[in-house]
Amino acid sequence: MEKEVKLMKGNEAIAEAVIRAGADGYFGYPITPQSEVIEYLMAEQPWERTGMVVLQAESEVAAINMVYGGAACGKRVMTSSSSPGISLKQEGLTYIAGAELPCLVMNCVRGGPGLGTIQPAQSDYFQTTKGGGHGDYRLIVLAPASVQEMSDFAELGFDLAFKYRNPVMILTDGIIGQMMEKVELKPQKARKTQEEIIKECPWATVGKPTTRERNIITSLDLVAANQEKFNIKLQAKYKEIQEKEVRYEAIKCDDADYILVAYGCSARLCMKAIDLLRANGIKVGLIRPITLFPFPSKILFELANRVKGFLAVELSAGQMVEDVELAVKNKVIVKHFGRMGGMIPSPEEIVEALEQKIIGGK
Amino acid sequence: MTEEIIIAGFGGQGVLSMGKILAYSGLMQGQEVTWMPSYGPEMRGGTSNVTVIVSDERISSPILTQYDTVIILNQQSMDKFESTVKPGGILIYDPNGITHHPTRKDISIYKVDAAVAASEMGNQKIFNMIVLGGYLKVKPIVKMENVIKGLKKSIPERNHKLLPLNEQAITKGMEIIEKI
Repeated sequence: MEKEVKLMKGNEAIAEAVIRAGADGYFGYPITPQSEVIEYLMAEQPWERTGMVVLQAESEVAAINMVYGGAACGKRVMTSSSSPGISLKQEGLTYIAGAELPCLVMNCVRGGPGLGTIQPAQSDYFQTTKGGGHGDYRLIVLAPASVQEMSDFAELGFDLAFKYRNPVMILTDGIIGQMMEKVELKPQKARKTQEEIIKECPWATVGKPTTRERNIITSLDLVAANQEKFNIKLQAKYKEIQEKEVRYEAIKCDDADYILVAYGCSARLCMKAIDLLRANGIKVGLIRPITLFPFPSKILFELANRVKGFLAVELSAGQMVEDVELAVKNKVIVKHFGRMGGMIPSPEEIVEALEQKIIGGK
Repeated sequence: MTEEIIIAGFGGQGVLSMGKILAYSGLMQGQEVTWMPSYGPEMRGGTSNVTVIVSDERISSPILTQYDTVIILNQQSMDKFESTVKPGGILIYDPNGITHHPTRKDISIYKVDAAVAASEMGNQKIFNMIVLGGYLKVKPIVKMENVIKGLKKSIPERNHKLLPLNEQAITKGMEIIEKI
Protein backbone atom coordinates (compact mmCIF):
# COMPACT_ATOMS: atom_id res chain seq x y z
CA MET A 1 0.00 0.00 0.00
CA GLU A 2 1.27 3.48 -0.86
CA LYS A 3 2.35 5.58 2.09
CA GLU A 4 0.13 8.53 2.93
CA VAL A 5 2.48 11.48 3.38
CA LYS A 6 1.31 15.03 4.12
CA LEU A 7 2.67 18.42 5.15
CA MET A 8 0.94 19.27 8.42
CA LYS A 9 1.20 21.41 11.52
CA GLY A 10 1.92 19.49 14.71
CA ASN A 11 -1.50 20.40 16.07
CA GLU A 12 -3.21 19.17 12.88
CA ALA A 13 -1.13 15.98 12.82
CA ILE A 14 -2.20 14.94 16.31
CA ALA A 15 -5.84 15.73 15.54
CA GLU A 16 -5.77 13.52 12.43
CA ALA A 17 -3.85 10.81 14.30
CA VAL A 18 -6.42 10.72 17.08
CA ILE A 19 -9.19 10.03 14.55
CA ARG A 20 -7.07 7.30 12.97
CA ALA A 21 -6.24 5.76 16.36
CA GLY A 22 -9.94 4.93 16.65
CA ALA A 23 -10.78 7.56 19.27
CA ASP A 24 -14.37 7.78 20.44
CA GLY A 25 -14.38 11.41 21.52
CA TYR A 26 -12.57 14.72 21.79
CA PHE A 27 -13.71 17.40 24.23
CA GLY A 28 -11.95 20.73 24.30
CA TYR A 29 -12.00 24.46 24.62
CA PRO A 30 -9.87 26.61 22.27
CA ILE A 31 -6.70 28.37 23.40
CA THR A 32 -3.61 29.55 21.51
CA PRO A 33 -1.22 27.97 20.50
CA GLN A 34 -3.22 24.74 20.10
CA SER A 35 -6.61 25.85 18.75
CA GLU A 36 -5.81 24.10 15.45
CA VAL A 37 -6.58 20.78 17.18
CA ILE A 38 -10.29 21.51 17.63
CA GLU A 39 -10.43 23.59 14.41
CA TYR A 40 -9.06 20.64 12.42
CA LEU A 41 -11.41 18.17 14.08
CA MET A 42 -14.46 20.38 13.47
CA ALA A 43 -13.50 20.86 9.82
CA GLU A 44 -12.71 17.18 9.33
CA GLN A 45 -16.03 16.04 10.88
CA PRO A 46 -14.85 12.65 12.14
CA TRP A 47 -18.41 11.86 13.22
CA GLU A 48 -19.01 11.28 9.51
CA ARG A 49 -15.83 9.19 9.09
CA THR A 50 -15.78 6.98 12.20
CA GLY A 51 -18.59 8.12 14.47
CA MET A 52 -16.12 9.94 16.75
CA VAL A 53 -17.67 12.72 18.82
CA VAL A 54 -16.06 16.19 18.78
CA LEU A 55 -17.44 18.71 21.21
CA GLN A 56 -16.47 22.23 22.18
CA ALA A 57 -17.26 22.33 25.88
CA GLU A 58 -18.30 25.48 27.76
CA SER A 59 -14.96 25.50 29.63
CA GLU A 60 -11.76 23.54 30.22
CA VAL A 61 -13.22 22.20 33.47
CA ALA A 62 -16.26 20.87 31.62
CA ALA A 63 -14.06 19.32 28.92
CA ILE A 64 -11.88 17.32 31.34
CA ASN A 65 -14.98 16.08 33.18
CA MET A 66 -16.52 14.96 29.87
CA VAL A 67 -13.27 13.03 29.36
CA TYR A 68 -13.70 11.55 32.87
CA GLY A 69 -17.19 10.38 31.95
CA GLY A 70 -16.16 8.95 28.57
CA ALA A 71 -13.17 7.16 30.08
CA ALA A 72 -15.37 5.62 32.78
CA CYS A 73 -17.35 3.97 29.99
CA GLY A 74 -14.16 2.45 28.49
CA LYS A 75 -14.09 4.91 25.59
CA ARG A 76 -10.91 6.27 23.99
CA VAL A 77 -11.24 9.96 24.80
CA MET A 78 -9.02 13.02 24.61
CA THR A 79 -8.78 16.66 25.54
CA SER A 80 -6.12 19.26 24.77
CA SER A 81 -5.27 22.76 25.90
CA SER A 82 -2.39 25.11 26.61
CA SER A 83 -0.85 25.96 29.98
CA PRO A 84 -3.55 28.13 31.65
CA GLY A 85 -6.24 25.75 30.40
CA ILE A 86 -4.27 22.72 31.60
CA SER A 87 -4.11 24.29 35.08
CA LEU A 88 -7.91 24.42 35.04
CA LYS A 89 -8.02 20.70 34.19
CA GLN A 90 -5.88 19.58 37.14
CA GLU A 91 -8.78 18.68 39.43
CA GLY A 92 -10.25 16.45 36.73
CA LEU A 93 -6.86 14.87 36.05
CA THR A 94 -6.24 13.87 39.65
CA TYR A 95 -9.75 12.40 39.85
CA ILE A 96 -9.11 10.42 36.64
CA ALA A 97 -5.76 9.21 38.01
CA GLY A 98 -7.44 8.38 41.32
CA ALA A 99 -10.21 6.45 39.56
CA GLU A 100 -7.55 4.65 37.44
CA LEU A 101 -9.04 5.60 34.10
CA PRO A 102 -7.30 5.85 30.71
CA CYS A 103 -7.34 9.07 28.71
CA LEU A 104 -5.15 11.21 26.49
CA VAL A 105 -4.39 14.87 27.23
CA MET A 106 -2.19 17.24 25.25
CA ASN A 107 -0.58 20.39 26.68
CA CYS A 108 0.85 22.73 24.04
CA VAL A 109 2.86 24.77 26.52
CA ARG A 110 3.06 28.58 26.34
CA GLY A 111 4.98 31.11 28.41
CA GLY A 112 3.81 31.63 31.99
CA PRO A 113 3.05 32.00 34.82
CA GLY A 114 -0.57 33.13 34.76
CA LEU A 115 -1.93 33.96 31.32
CA GLY A 116 1.68 34.62 30.29
CA THR A 117 2.30 34.73 26.54
CA ILE A 118 1.26 32.63 23.55
CA GLN A 119 4.86 31.83 22.52
CA PRO A 120 6.51 28.44 23.18
CA ALA A 121 7.79 27.40 26.61
CA GLN A 122 8.59 24.26 28.61
CA SER A 123 7.80 25.66 32.03
CA ASP A 124 5.02 23.15 32.82
CA TYR A 125 7.50 20.29 33.38
CA PHE A 126 7.05 20.22 37.18
CA GLN A 127 3.27 20.43 36.87
CA THR A 128 3.20 17.57 34.36
CA THR A 129 5.75 15.15 35.79
CA LYS A 130 5.46 15.74 39.53
CA GLY A 131 1.71 15.98 40.00
CA GLY A 132 -0.16 19.12 39.06
CA GLY A 133 -3.28 18.08 40.88
CA HIS A 134 -3.32 16.89 44.49
CA GLY A 135 -2.35 13.47 45.82
CA ASP A 136 0.37 10.92 45.08
CA TYR A 137 -0.32 10.28 41.41
CA ARG A 138 1.67 10.32 38.19
CA LEU A 139 0.86 10.87 34.55
CA ILE A 140 2.68 8.99 31.81
CA VAL A 141 4.29 11.86 29.88
CA LEU A 142 5.33 11.77 26.21
CA ALA A 143 7.38 14.59 24.68
CA PRO A 144 7.27 14.73 20.85
CA ALA A 145 10.10 16.56 19.06
CA SER A 146 8.69 16.49 15.53
CA VAL A 147 5.38 16.62 13.69
CA GLN A 148 5.81 12.90 12.94
CA GLU A 149 6.00 12.15 16.67
CA MET A 150 2.95 14.34 17.32
CA SER A 151 1.16 11.96 14.97
CA ASP A 152 2.72 8.73 16.27
CA PHE A 153 2.20 9.49 19.95
CA ALA A 154 -1.61 9.67 19.65
CA GLU A 155 -1.91 5.92 19.22
CA LEU A 156 1.02 5.19 21.57
CA GLY A 157 -0.63 7.44 24.16
CA PHE A 158 -3.94 5.58 23.99
CA ASP A 159 -2.15 2.20 24.11
CA LEU A 160 -0.20 3.16 27.26
CA ALA A 161 -3.28 4.75 28.85
CA PHE A 162 -5.31 1.55 28.46
CA LYS A 163 -2.40 -0.76 29.32
CA TYR A 164 -1.93 0.93 32.70
CA ARG A 165 -5.39 2.48 33.20
CA ASN A 166 -3.68 5.83 33.65
CA PRO A 167 -3.97 9.28 32.07
CA VAL A 168 -1.27 10.01 29.47
CA MET A 169 -0.08 13.56 28.79
CA ILE A 170 1.52 14.62 25.53
CA LEU A 171 3.70 17.55 26.61
CA THR A 172 4.50 19.72 23.63
CA ASP A 173 5.01 23.41 22.91
CA GLY A 174 4.16 26.20 20.49
CA ILE A 175 7.05 25.35 18.15
CA ILE A 176 6.11 21.70 17.61
CA GLY A 177 2.40 22.59 17.50
CA GLN A 178 2.73 25.44 14.99
CA MET A 179 5.42 24.20 12.60
CA MET A 180 4.67 22.11 9.53
CA GLU A 181 6.68 19.03 8.63
CA LYS A 182 6.37 15.89 6.60
CA VAL A 183 4.21 13.33 8.32
CA GLU A 184 3.48 9.76 7.34
CA LEU A 185 -0.05 8.97 8.46
CA LYS A 186 -1.05 5.61 9.89
CA PRO A 187 -4.00 3.72 8.42
CA GLN A 188 -7.42 4.19 10.02
CA LYS A 189 -8.09 1.86 12.96
CA ALA A 190 -11.67 0.90 13.67
CA ARG A 191 -13.24 2.23 16.87
CA LYS A 192 -13.80 -0.45 19.51
CA THR A 193 -17.24 -2.00 19.42
CA GLN A 194 -19.29 -2.13 22.61
CA GLU A 195 -18.64 -5.91 22.78
CA GLU A 196 -14.88 -5.31 22.58
CA ILE A 197 -15.04 -2.65 25.31
CA ILE A 198 -17.02 -5.00 27.60
CA LYS A 199 -14.43 -7.74 27.00
CA GLU A 200 -11.27 -5.60 27.24
CA CYS A 201 -12.36 -3.21 30.00
CA PRO A 202 -14.07 -5.33 32.68
CA TRP A 203 -13.90 -2.29 35.00
CA ALA A 204 -15.90 0.01 32.71
CA THR A 205 -19.43 1.21 33.49
CA VAL A 206 -21.17 -0.33 30.51
CA GLY A 207 -24.44 -1.48 32.08
CA LYS A 208 -24.69 -4.16 34.77
CA PRO A 209 -25.38 -7.70 33.65
CA THR A 210 -26.85 -10.19 36.17
CA THR A 211 -23.59 -12.16 36.18
CA ARG A 212 -21.49 -9.69 38.20
CA GLU A 213 -21.60 -6.94 40.81
CA ARG A 214 -21.96 -3.39 39.54
CA ASN A 215 -18.78 -1.52 38.53
CA ILE A 216 -18.17 1.67 40.52
CA ILE A 217 -15.89 4.41 39.23
CA THR A 218 -14.74 6.63 42.07
CA SER A 219 -11.65 8.16 43.64
CA LEU A 220 -13.29 8.35 47.09
CA ASP A 221 -12.68 5.90 49.92
CA LEU A 222 -13.24 7.35 53.38
CA VAL A 223 -11.53 4.46 55.17
CA ALA A 224 -7.92 5.59 55.48
CA ALA A 225 -6.54 2.05 55.64
CA ASN A 226 -8.27 1.22 52.35
CA GLN A 227 -7.05 4.44 50.77
CA GLU A 228 -3.49 3.64 51.80
CA LYS A 229 -3.83 0.15 50.30
CA PHE A 230 -5.03 1.76 47.08
CA ASN A 231 -2.08 4.20 47.13
CA ILE A 232 0.36 1.29 47.55
CA LYS A 233 -1.22 -0.34 44.50
CA LEU A 234 -0.88 2.91 42.53
CA GLN A 235 2.78 3.24 43.49
CA ALA A 236 3.44 -0.34 42.37
CA LYS A 237 1.90 0.58 39.00
CA TYR A 238 4.13 3.66 38.67
CA LYS A 239 7.17 1.52 39.55
CA GLU A 240 6.24 -0.94 36.83
CA ILE A 241 5.88 1.96 34.37
CA GLN A 242 9.35 3.21 35.39
CA GLU A 243 10.80 -0.25 34.77
CA LYS A 244 9.10 -0.95 31.45
CA GLU A 245 8.23 2.24 29.61
CA VAL A 246 11.33 4.47 29.55
CA ARG A 247 11.89 5.86 26.08
CA TYR A 248 14.69 8.15 24.91
CA GLU A 249 16.86 8.89 21.90
CA ALA A 250 20.67 9.05 22.14
CA ILE A 251 22.30 11.20 19.46
CA LYS A 252 26.10 11.16 18.96
CA CYS A 253 26.72 10.02 22.55
CA ASP A 254 29.21 7.21 21.77
CA ASP A 255 32.33 9.39 21.69
CA ALA A 256 30.92 12.39 23.55
CA ASP A 257 32.79 14.28 26.28
CA TYR A 258 29.73 16.38 27.11
CA ILE A 259 26.01 15.61 27.01
CA LEU A 260 23.11 17.96 26.35
CA VAL A 261 19.79 16.80 27.81
CA ALA A 262 16.72 18.26 26.12
CA TYR A 263 13.19 17.25 25.12
CA GLY A 264 10.68 18.56 22.57
CA CYS A 265 11.62 21.72 20.66
CA SER A 266 14.76 22.21 22.79
CA ALA A 267 16.10 18.89 21.54
CA ARG A 268 15.83 20.20 17.97
CA LEU A 269 17.74 23.38 18.91
CA CYS A 270 20.38 21.19 20.59
CA MET A 271 20.83 19.01 17.49
CA LYS A 272 21.90 22.14 15.60
CA ALA A 273 24.12 23.26 18.49
CA ILE A 274 25.84 19.84 18.43
CA ASP A 275 26.64 20.26 14.72
CA LEU A 276 28.16 23.68 15.45
CA LEU A 277 30.18 22.35 18.43
CA ARG A 278 31.44 19.27 16.60
CA ALA A 279 32.55 21.48 13.68
CA ASN A 280 34.86 23.09 16.27
CA GLY A 281 36.14 19.73 17.50
CA ILE A 282 34.08 19.61 20.71
CA LYS A 283 32.53 16.16 21.12
CA VAL A 284 28.97 16.65 22.34
CA GLY A 285 26.01 14.29 22.36
CA LEU A 286 22.31 14.59 23.14
CA ILE A 287 20.03 12.53 25.32
CA ARG A 288 16.49 13.34 24.28
CA PRO A 289 13.95 12.02 26.80
CA ILE A 290 10.86 10.84 24.93
CA THR A 291 9.09 9.85 28.14
CA LEU A 292 9.45 12.51 30.84
CA PHE A 293 7.69 10.22 33.29
CA PRO A 294 9.22 7.69 33.42
CA PHE A 295 12.44 9.72 33.13
CA PRO A 296 15.48 8.08 31.45
CA SER A 297 17.64 8.27 34.60
CA LYS A 298 19.57 5.04 34.03
CA ILE A 299 21.27 6.09 30.78
CA LEU A 300 22.27 9.44 32.32
CA PHE A 301 23.73 7.63 35.36
CA GLU A 302 25.70 5.33 33.04
CA LEU A 303 26.96 8.20 30.87
CA ALA A 304 28.07 10.06 34.00
CA ASN A 305 30.79 7.42 34.43
CA ARG A 306 32.56 8.51 31.28
CA VAL A 307 31.55 12.08 30.29
CA LYS A 308 32.74 15.36 31.81
CA GLY A 309 29.45 17.16 32.25
CA PHE A 310 25.76 17.59 31.41
CA LEU A 311 23.85 20.69 30.31
CA ALA A 312 20.04 20.51 30.60
CA VAL A 313 18.53 22.80 27.96
CA GLU A 314 14.87 23.68 28.46
CA LEU A 315 12.61 26.69 27.91
CA SER A 316 12.20 27.27 31.65
CA ALA A 317 14.05 28.54 34.71
CA GLY A 318 15.35 25.01 35.27
CA GLN A 319 12.89 22.19 35.98
CA MET A 320 14.00 19.00 34.18
CA VAL A 321 17.56 19.77 35.31
CA GLU A 322 16.53 18.55 38.79
CA ASP A 323 15.79 15.09 37.37
CA VAL A 324 19.14 15.15 35.55
CA GLU A 325 20.88 16.01 38.84
CA LEU A 326 19.05 13.17 40.62
CA ALA A 327 20.16 10.76 37.88
CA VAL A 328 23.80 11.89 37.73
CA LYS A 329 24.16 11.83 41.54
CA ASN A 330 26.93 14.45 41.69
CA LYS A 331 29.35 12.30 39.68
CA VAL A 332 30.06 15.19 37.27
CA ILE A 333 28.95 18.77 36.75
CA VAL A 334 25.27 19.38 35.81
CA LYS A 335 24.02 22.83 34.81
CA HIS A 336 20.92 24.35 33.25
CA PHE A 337 20.47 26.73 30.35
CA GLY A 338 17.19 28.13 29.16
CA ARG A 339 15.11 31.14 28.21
CA MET A 340 11.73 31.98 29.72
CA GLY A 341 8.37 33.55 29.06
CA GLY A 342 8.14 32.49 25.39
CA MET A 343 11.67 33.48 24.33
CA ILE A 344 13.58 30.90 22.29
CA PRO A 345 17.37 30.58 22.49
CA SER A 346 19.34 30.26 19.27
CA PRO A 347 21.57 27.20 18.74
CA GLU A 348 24.53 29.62 19.09
CA GLU A 349 23.36 30.61 22.59
CA ILE A 350 23.35 26.92 23.56
CA VAL A 351 26.92 26.56 22.23
CA GLU A 352 27.96 29.54 24.34
CA ALA A 353 26.19 28.19 27.44
CA LEU A 354 27.96 24.82 27.15
CA GLU A 355 31.33 26.50 26.68
CA GLN A 356 30.87 28.84 29.65
CA LYS A 357 28.90 26.74 32.15
CA ILE A 358 30.30 23.24 31.54
CA ILE A 359 33.60 23.29 29.62
CA GLY A 360 34.86 26.40 31.40
CA GLY A 361 32.74 25.82 34.52
CA LYS A 362 33.61 24.40 37.91
CA MET B 1 21.93 19.10 0.61
CA THR B 2 20.39 21.33 3.27
CA GLU B 3 18.89 24.70 2.33
CA GLU B 4 17.86 27.05 5.13
CA ILE B 5 15.66 29.94 3.98
CA ILE B 6 13.75 32.77 5.57
CA ILE B 7 11.04 34.68 3.70
CA ALA B 8 10.05 38.00 5.28
CA GLY B 9 7.58 40.72 4.36
CA PHE B 10 4.19 42.21 5.22
CA GLY B 11 1.26 40.10 6.36
CA GLY B 12 -0.94 39.62 3.27
CA GLN B 13 1.94 39.38 0.77
CA GLY B 14 1.64 35.60 0.71
CA VAL B 15 4.84 34.99 2.65
CA LEU B 16 3.48 31.99 4.58
CA SER B 17 1.82 30.38 1.55
CA MET B 18 4.95 30.83 -0.58
CA GLY B 19 6.89 29.01 2.13
CA LYS B 20 4.26 26.31 2.27
CA ILE B 21 4.38 25.72 -1.48
CA LEU B 22 8.19 25.51 -1.35
CA ALA B 23 8.00 23.04 1.55
CA TYR B 24 5.39 20.93 -0.23
CA SER B 25 7.56 20.91 -3.38
CA GLY B 26 10.46 19.51 -1.34
CA LEU B 27 8.15 16.92 0.19
CA MET B 28 6.97 15.86 -3.29
CA GLN B 29 10.52 14.97 -4.25
CA GLY B 30 11.03 12.97 -1.07
CA GLN B 31 13.03 15.45 0.97
CA GLU B 32 12.71 16.35 4.63
CA VAL B 33 11.00 19.73 5.15
CA THR B 34 10.23 22.09 8.02
CA TRP B 35 8.02 25.21 7.81
CA MET B 36 8.16 27.42 10.88
CA PRO B 37 6.15 30.66 10.92
CA SER B 38 6.83 33.54 13.25
CA TYR B 39 3.73 33.56 15.38
CA GLY B 40 2.60 35.92 18.04
CA PRO B 41 -0.18 38.41 18.71
CA GLU B 42 0.15 39.72 15.14
CA MET B 43 -2.20 41.78 13.04
CA ARG B 44 -2.97 42.63 9.43
CA GLY B 45 -0.37 44.93 7.89
CA GLY B 46 2.26 43.81 10.39
CA THR B 47 5.43 41.98 9.46
CA SER B 48 5.34 38.26 8.79
CA ASN B 49 8.11 35.75 8.24
CA VAL B 50 8.57 32.04 7.78
CA THR B 51 11.59 29.77 7.97
CA VAL B 52 11.67 26.92 5.45
CA ILE B 53 14.25 24.14 5.60
CA VAL B 54 14.59 21.58 2.80
CA SER B 55 17.11 18.80 3.33
CA ASP B 56 18.18 15.31 2.32
CA GLU B 57 18.80 14.61 5.99
CA ARG B 58 16.86 14.81 9.24
CA ILE B 59 16.25 18.47 10.07
CA SER B 60 17.51 19.87 13.37
CA SER B 61 16.52 23.32 14.63
CA PRO B 62 13.52 25.14 13.11
CA ILE B 63 14.81 28.28 14.84
CA LEU B 64 17.87 29.78 13.15
CA THR B 65 19.93 32.96 13.22
CA GLN B 66 21.69 32.54 9.85
CA TYR B 67 20.30 31.44 6.51
CA ASP B 68 21.60 30.20 3.15
CA THR B 69 18.98 32.34 1.41
CA VAL B 70 17.05 35.35 2.69
CA ILE B 71 14.06 36.62 0.69
CA ILE B 72 13.05 40.16 1.66
CA LEU B 73 9.81 41.85 0.64
CA ASN B 74 9.70 45.08 2.67
CA GLN B 75 12.00 47.63 4.31
CA GLN B 76 11.43 46.44 7.91
CA SER B 77 12.52 42.96 6.88
CA MET B 78 15.57 44.36 5.06
CA ASP B 79 16.61 46.18 8.25
CA LYS B 80 16.14 43.03 10.30
CA PHE B 81 17.38 40.24 8.03
CA GLU B 82 20.15 41.53 5.70
CA SER B 83 22.69 40.69 8.41
CA THR B 84 21.37 37.11 8.76
CA VAL B 85 22.56 35.90 5.33
CA LYS B 86 25.45 33.44 5.79
CA PRO B 87 28.70 34.73 4.25
CA GLY B 88 28.62 33.54 0.63
CA GLY B 89 24.84 33.17 0.85
CA ILE B 90 22.05 34.73 -1.19
CA LEU B 91 19.77 37.70 -0.62
CA ILE B 92 16.77 38.15 -2.92
CA TYR B 93 14.56 41.23 -2.64
CA ASP B 94 11.80 43.13 -4.36
CA PRO B 95 12.95 46.77 -4.67
CA ASN B 96 9.36 48.03 -4.54
CA GLY B 97 9.10 50.19 -1.38
CA ILE B 98 12.76 49.65 -0.45
CA THR B 99 14.55 52.88 0.47
CA HIS B 100 17.76 51.38 1.91
CA HIS B 101 19.13 48.85 -0.53
CA PRO B 102 21.37 46.01 0.70
CA THR B 103 25.04 46.89 0.99
CA ARG B 104 26.82 43.66 1.94
CA LYS B 105 29.73 42.63 -0.29
CA ASP B 106 30.24 39.07 1.00
CA ILE B 107 26.94 37.70 -0.36
CA SER B 108 25.19 37.43 -3.74
CA ILE B 109 22.32 39.89 -4.11
CA TYR B 110 19.45 39.48 -6.56
CA LYS B 111 16.57 41.78 -7.39
CA VAL B 112 13.14 40.58 -8.52
CA ASP B 113 10.63 43.27 -9.51
CA ALA B 114 7.69 41.08 -8.54
CA ALA B 115 5.17 43.74 -7.44
CA VAL B 116 5.50 45.56 -10.79
CA ALA B 117 5.33 42.29 -12.76
CA ALA B 118 2.26 41.15 -10.81
CA SER B 119 0.34 44.33 -11.63
CA GLU B 120 1.42 44.04 -15.29
CA MET B 121 0.00 40.52 -15.24
CA GLY B 122 -3.18 41.97 -13.73
CA ASN B 123 -3.24 40.02 -10.48
CA GLN B 124 -1.52 41.11 -7.25
CA LYS B 125 -2.17 37.73 -5.68
CA ILE B 126 0.46 36.00 -7.84
CA PHE B 127 3.16 38.31 -6.43
CA ASN B 128 4.53 35.60 -4.17
CA MET B 129 4.72 33.06 -7.01
CA ILE B 130 6.82 35.50 -9.07
CA VAL B 131 9.20 35.79 -6.12
CA LEU B 132 9.26 32.00 -5.79
CA GLY B 133 10.11 31.70 -9.49
CA GLY B 134 13.00 34.11 -9.05
CA TYR B 135 14.30 32.08 -6.11
CA LEU B 136 14.05 28.78 -8.01
CA LYS B 137 16.02 30.28 -10.93
CA VAL B 138 18.88 31.14 -8.54
CA LYS B 139 18.57 27.98 -6.42
CA PRO B 140 16.86 25.17 -8.34
CA ILE B 141 16.58 22.97 -5.22
CA VAL B 142 13.25 21.53 -6.36
CA LYS B 143 12.27 20.40 -9.85
CA MET B 144 9.51 22.36 -11.61
CA GLU B 145 7.30 19.25 -11.86
CA ASN B 146 7.47 18.92 -8.06
CA VAL B 147 6.65 22.61 -7.61
CA ILE B 148 3.48 22.03 -9.65
CA LYS B 149 2.67 19.01 -7.50
CA GLY B 150 3.35 21.13 -4.41
CA LEU B 151 1.03 23.85 -5.71
CA LYS B 152 -1.73 21.31 -6.29
CA LYS B 153 -1.39 20.11 -2.69
CA SER B 154 -1.29 23.63 -1.21
CA ILE B 155 -4.13 25.24 -3.15
CA PRO B 156 -7.69 24.15 -2.35
CA GLU B 157 -9.22 22.09 -5.15
CA ARG B 158 -11.83 24.78 -5.94
CA ASN B 159 -8.95 27.07 -6.97
CA HIS B 160 -7.15 24.57 -9.22
CA LYS B 161 -8.31 26.58 -12.23
CA LEU B 162 -5.70 29.12 -11.13
CA LEU B 163 -2.82 26.62 -11.47
CA PRO B 164 -1.79 27.78 -15.00
CA LEU B 165 -1.67 31.41 -13.81
CA ASN B 166 0.55 30.42 -10.89
CA GLU B 167 2.80 28.48 -13.23
CA GLN B 168 3.07 31.53 -15.53
CA ALA B 169 3.96 33.66 -12.50
CA ILE B 170 6.78 31.29 -11.53
CA THR B 171 8.11 31.42 -15.10
CA LYS B 172 7.86 35.21 -15.07
CA GLY B 173 9.92 35.36 -11.87
CA MET B 174 12.57 33.15 -13.45
CA GLU B 175 12.77 35.58 -16.38
CA ILE B 176 12.96 38.87 -14.52
CA ILE B 177 15.30 38.09 -11.62
CA GLU B 178 18.65 39.84 -12.02
CA LYS B 179 21.93 39.80 -10.17
CA ILE B 180 23.14 43.09 -8.73
